[in-house]
Amino acid sequence: MTPAVSFQKVSRHFGAVKAVDTVDLDIAPGEFFAMLGPSGSGKTTCLRLIAGFEQPTAGLIAIFGERAEGVPPYRRNVNTVFQDYALFPHLNILDNVAYGLMVKGIGKAERHKAAEEALSLVRLPGYGERRPSQLSGGQRQRVALARALVNRPKVLLLDEPLGALDLKLRENMQDELKSLQKVLGITFVFVTHDQGEALSMADHVAVFNDGRIMQVGTPRDIYERPRTRFVADFVGSSNVLPPDFVQRYSGQRRWGSLRPEAIRVVKSTRDDGLSARLVSANYLGATTRLALDADGLRLHAVVPAGTSLPEEGEALVLTFNRDQLHLMDEPA
Amino acid sequence: MRSDHGQIAPLGLKIAASFGLLFLHAPILLIFVYAFTTEEKSYQWPPPGLTAQWFAVTWNRPDVWEALSLSVRVAAISTAVALVLGTLCAAAVSRSKFFGRETISLLVILPIALPGIITGIALRSAFALTDIPFSFWTIVLGHATFCVVVVYNNAVARFRRTSGSMIEASMDLGADGVQTFRYVVLPNIATALLAGGMLAFALSFDEVIVTTFTAGQQQTLPIWMLEELIRPRQRPVTNVVAMVVVLVTLLPILFAYYLTRDGDQIAGSGK
Amino acid sequence: MSVSTVSQYSAAPAILPAASGMRGVLSDAFWRRPKLLLLLMLLPPVLWLGIIYIGSLFALLLQSFFSIDEFSGLINREFTLKTYGDLFQAANLDIILRTVTMAATVTLASAVIAFPIAYYAARYARGRWKALFYLAVMLPLWSSYLVKIYAWKLILAKEGILTWLFAKLNLLWLLDAWLSLPVVGGNSLSVSFTGTFIVFVYVWLPFMILPMQAALERVPGNLIEASADLGASPGQTFRNVLLPLALPGIVAGSIFTFSLTLGDYIIPQVIGTSRLFIGQAVYTQQGTAGNIPLAAAFAVVPIVIMGLYLWMAKRMGAFDAL
Repeated sequence: MTPAVSFQKVSRHFGAVKAVDTVDLDIAPGEFFAMLGPSGSGKTTCLRLIAGFEQPTAGLIAIFGERAEGVPPYRRNVNTVFQDYALFPHLNILDNVAYGLMVKGIGKAERHKAAEEALSLVRLPGYGERRPSQLSGGQRQRVALARALVNRPKVLLLDEPLGALDLKLRENMQDELKSLQKVLGITFVFVTHDQGEALSMADHVAVFNDGRIMQVGTPRDIYERPRTRFVADFVGSSNVLPPDFVQRYSGQRRWGSLRPEAIRVVKSTRDDGLSARLVSANYLGATTRLALDADGLRLHAVVPAGTSLPEEGEALVLTFNRDQLHLMDEPA
Repeated sequence: MRSDHGQIAPLGLKIAASFGLLFLHAPILLIFVYAFTTEEKSYQWPPPGLTAQWFAVTWNRPDVWEALSLSVRVAAISTAVALVLGTLCAAAVSRSKFFGRETISLLVILPIALPGIITGIALRSAFALTDIPFSFWTIVLGHATFCVVVVYNNAVARFRRTSGSMIEASMDLGADGVQTFRYVVLPNIATALLAGGMLAFALSFDEVIVTTFTAGQQQTLPIWMLEELIRPRQRPVTNVVAMVVVLVTLLPILFAYYLTRDGDQIAGSGK
Repeated sequence: MSVSTVSQYSAAPAILPAASGMRGVLSDAFWRRPKLLLLLMLLPPVLWLGIIYIGSLFALLLQSFFSIDEFSGLINREFTLKTYGDLFQAANLDIILRTVTMAATVTLASAVIAFPIAYYAARYARGRWKALFYLAVMLPLWSSYLVKIYAWKLILAKEGILTWLFAKLNLLWLLDAWLSLPVVGGNSLSVSFTGTFIVFVYVWLPFMILPMQAALERVPGNLIEASADLGASPGQTFRNVLLPLALPGIVAGSIFTFSLTLGDYIIPQVIGTSRLFIGQAVYTQQGTAGNIPLAAAFAVVPIVIMGLYLWMAKRMGAFDAL
């Protein structure tokens, strides 16, 4: 099947800065794809390359099999939801949503009808007469979504669309976006620096660092089987284990990762475990997060609330199932 | 300066500020009284009597009408030229960072930053060196040059407030460059351009220093007034013209202020 | 929009064809070459200002190196420094000195009168009053320059309102005493340096208020309270806290008042004595005397003075307040 978006050795350099550096990427049609990474990692530049705001310095970009380098944004059947929403302040909500249809020359009655339907889709029916300045942040974001969707794009790009919303609203919008995507079947490409958001919403996640893709996979892959120390560290706060340590348990001298919830804490002294000291314990409701010091190695563990714990500074013993220890590709 | 709780100003400060404002406004108000005086030969105060007859006299003066018409034509054309040049320059400067950007800002501001007499004598020298005879167009040339900065200041302030992602949003939604300009850029800067145009018009309509160097036998309204100021011949008519000029310049200023009241202020440095 | 209408459109191409016609071609061409668009936008204003304005300034400079043939009255287009030498004749030096002194006193007086207004507007005026204050400064700034001068001709005339006011207050002796002073006095206020000075201050005052207010707006109000709290008298607070913080604004405003006074020739011509200022010298030299080279050389004087002034102002950080 032709990928919805395909990058072949794509680079975008700004002078000496390699914002995007030889990236290969395939996004399948109809999937919810997340680009995850810290700021400055190149994820937003990748999004802008798909939208057409940036042109690659090298490499090939195809959208549904059609070459896109050198094609201006207005000739791509791709729409964007901007981080700051970028609603037009001089137009009311209905005309904002109908803008894409207006510039395509669709008549007033027809485009207003379509815009009204799109507003219903994002649960803002009847808001058409208002001005952008009269809406809340969450409502503006829905208008931005409707304005993009009304054009029936082949790919919808979302640039940190939830970044400006407060926590509660963000969680609601996550569910809504996910179900919208399922219903419409449009390919969504979503840029975020929030790993929880990426893991919970996406079908596939690409983790970016320094203009390169570190790993692409399902959220489960990324979380449980990180390939590099960066991914293990950035996604899900896994414990990164040095090669010497890993060798003792697996026999291979490789970097390893161990998820915090895989560690069990035993209070009494036993010789088959790993002895450590409790540095601090943070109560998180359903679980308690422990910071541990195992002979100079800092580890984190998550235990169910109610587990009986020693005092801070006291010695304890850690155990974990050996097959929970994940060996990373990164060489020692 | 911000103080969080509303405070009462000291009495001395209030008095000093009030006197300052009175000093600024009383002379202009005085003009309105003099327009109605019956005294013809001197500037006598208080006026011996009040009359409205000078309005009719002024109305029937062809030289006033001619000067007014020339001023309006010069101001209209200069404003049109300044609108085009100022907007282009503001768009270029706020659109991208390029080498020499600062120099161009300076170039625009220079004609107003240097005293008017320098702009005037410079143009005069250039006309003398190139043997260009004085005409309507030499006046326009000078006026348009110093009007550019007013439009430029207003447009730059508005462009700064218009987020760059709006242009990207428009292109993203399928509008090409021409459509984006027409449907997004123009509506967003329109009021700033209107305000800039008003101020440019007021500036040109009132200009006298540069004009004395670039006009030959032509009389704009300010030149007509200047003649009267130096050699008063018809004081009552001058009184009426002065009052009308105050009213005519007041309106565009108030309107420009209204258009740009939130955010960018009409730049005082524009004049 | 229902699910079915969306799936209808999924057959649409991902890349749309280029629009035909002028608009499509132009848009695509400029999108591909943004530098070209930038160049086309810059070209008209830069050409206009570059040729007409900068060109004229060069013409001015060029003229100042020409000289006038004293017998024929014709301009001799040969490079010479003789015209600049003429500036140093006693009469011409007098003109320069007189103008600079006037500009300096006008600037000082403007600063003193402007301060209470700017301070009140910045610290105490709120909401509607603030807008009103702003307009109260903007309107006189933008009202007709000539009308403002004319108003003062009415006020300062011997038979005008000021003399009447002095008479009503039984202070005519004071006015007469002032007018009988050398240099600043004269037959009446409208033909004295005092008159010229008052009108200069009046006309340029708004140019001092606005930047001063902008500078004072940036002084946190609690700084003044802190100073008072620490036991400073109002006078000490003014000298040690307010004045240093307002200084960049004052310097910025003084650029206007100083430069505008240096270059003006209409105010001293309408109200004042027959002794010339730089602007009048430029005007009469190019006009009645027909000596454009000397007029040009005179015009270079304010440019040089302002250059020095701006250089000093820049070192004091005045441009942040503009």
